[in-house]
Amino acid sequence: MLIIDKLTRSFGGLTAVSNVSMQINKGELVGIIGPNGAGKTTLFNLLTGVYEPSSGTIKLELNGEEVNIGGLKPYNVTKAGLARTFQNIRLFKDLTVLDNVRIAMHQNVQYKLPSSFFRFNNFYQEEDKLLEEAEQLLDIFKMSHKKNELAKNLPYGEQRHLEIVRALATKPAVLLLDEPAAGMNPFETEELTNTIKWIREEFDLTVLLIEHDMSLVMEICERIFVLDYGMLIASGTPAEIRTNKRVIEAYLGEDVSNA
Amino acid sequence: MRVLSKKNIMILAGLILTFAIVYALRNFGILTSFHEITIAMVCINIILGVSLNLITGFTGQLSLGHAGFMAIGAYVCALINMELNSTFGFILGVLAGAIIAALVGVLIGIPTLRLKGDYLAIATLGMAEIIRVIFLNLEITNGAAGLNGIPRYTNWFWLFFFTVTTVVLISNFINSSHGRACISIREDEIAAESMGINTTQYKVIAFAIGAFFAGIAGALYSSYFYFLRPEIFGFLKSIDILIIVVLGGLGSITGSVIAGILIAVLTAALQSFAALRMIIYALLLIIIMLFRPQGIMGTKEITDLLNFSKRE
Repeated sequence: MLIIDKLTRSFGGLTAVSNVSMQINKGELVGIIGPNGAGKTTLFNLLTGVYEPSSGTIKLELNGEEVNIGGLKPYNVTKAGLARTFQNIRLFKDLTVLDNVRIAMHQNVQYKLPSSFFRFNNFYQEEDKLLEEAEQLLDIFKMSHKKNELAKNLPYGEQRHLEIVRALATKPAVLLLDEPAAGMNPFETEELTNTIKWIREEFDLTVLLIEHDMSLVMEICERIFVLDYGMLIASGTPAEIRTNKRVIEAYLGEDVSNA
Repeated sequence: MRVLSKKNIMILAGLILTFAIVYALRNFGILTSFHEITIAMVCINIILGVSLNLITGFTGQLSLGHAGFMAIGAYVCALINMELNSTFGFILGVLAGAIIAALVGVLIGIPTLRLKGDYLAIATLGMAEIIRVIFLNLEITNGAAGLNGIPRYTNWFWLFFFTVTTVVLISNFINSSHGRACISIREDEIAAESMGINTTQYKVIAFAIGAFFAGIAGALYSSYFYFLRPEIFGFLKSIDILIIVVLGGLGSITGSVIAGILIAVLTAALQSFAALRMIIYALLLIIIMLFRPQGIMGTKEITDLLNFSKRE
């Protein structure tokens, strides 16, 4: 599904992501963990086109077709079927919940620019379809009663939710979640855990998530990749990762007896 | 038919009434030529304000070069108009002026719209100056002396027609998916790109549309005031237009309309106190920025306020 091969990105002298290779299969729910500054978000930014790779390739396999998405512009990556949420919420704050979702649906809108001025017939058809789909999506997340509220007025947890809804509105095949549980209380995290599990089934998604909350990662991820200093130091099932020596070292420092 | 909704019928009735009242007042000789000039300036201000609002208020790209596009429309229309001297020539001039302004907008937009905030403002400022200096030095535009004796075809009908067309088309655009794509750039460019929106493309589109309508405003101007000089379209003119947008509210078409009227009326009313005028003008701005920094309307539209039932 998603094949990352020897991906490297340096900023001047600093190599934020170094020679990372990973393969993610269709329908998998994969976690990426690592201490602060390990290069997790840089990896996400490479996958989503915010940064260009210094070297290495990223391939997305979809319906038997293979697209090289490394170095594509973010909007083309999204068109290729990869959507993301942001670590620090980046909603369109001063727009309504509905507009946030509708904007994400823009790339699938059929009518052309002239129709937006002169409102030819397909304008109304398409706008109706857009509205209906957006409302359906909001309905699924029980947010349709808030569709006319401004995004900035939503409670924190719901803003995080809306980020996910907005990403889903682009009709992705792969969903990248950047610390979806950041700042949530245990109850909200629990709820989020269930949501993530559920949307994967419902929308037939491959999910890749960065998370610091270990309870969430260990509970839902089938496989975990561990990054440290930009390098992939371990991968495996949650049980394997939990007992992996290098992972423990990365998080807690080296064992004194080994020094 | 959605076009015949209750809201649209009311708007149409209001428009016809406005047109008829002004038309009647003029024909009964109640309006003096001073009033008429003010009305012309109201219309031109509205077109300029609404079109710049699309670029600066909705798409979030600070442009200090709107007078440059206006100048292109004005000169192109004037030249065609002087050659043909007919209503057909006037309409042809308006359209040609608008289209050329839009093309220049695309040409300039592609390199400059990579810039953000103050950098973009400086770049657009430079662009408008270049346009002005070109007109100052071309033979066909008669340099600093400018063009004189441009036939007058701009009348109340055409002013009204182009003003309404501008407002309707731009508000249609804003309320379409393509318009929302532009607004998302203002809100958060990185998020917009991640949602599949080609932000550079939409910035250039907004810039070109804004330039197109500024070209129309310039064309109407040239065919109303008989003469053109490059100095009319200097830096201060761009600032004047920006003031309309900021005063009315960045992101409110209604606001730009109100502010366009206000500024034209104010300028006319203060004409006899030339020295005082700039002071009062400046004071008004300071007061508005202190007490209502979001402008007269903020991002609200008149349709929001009148509580028309939203289409479900």
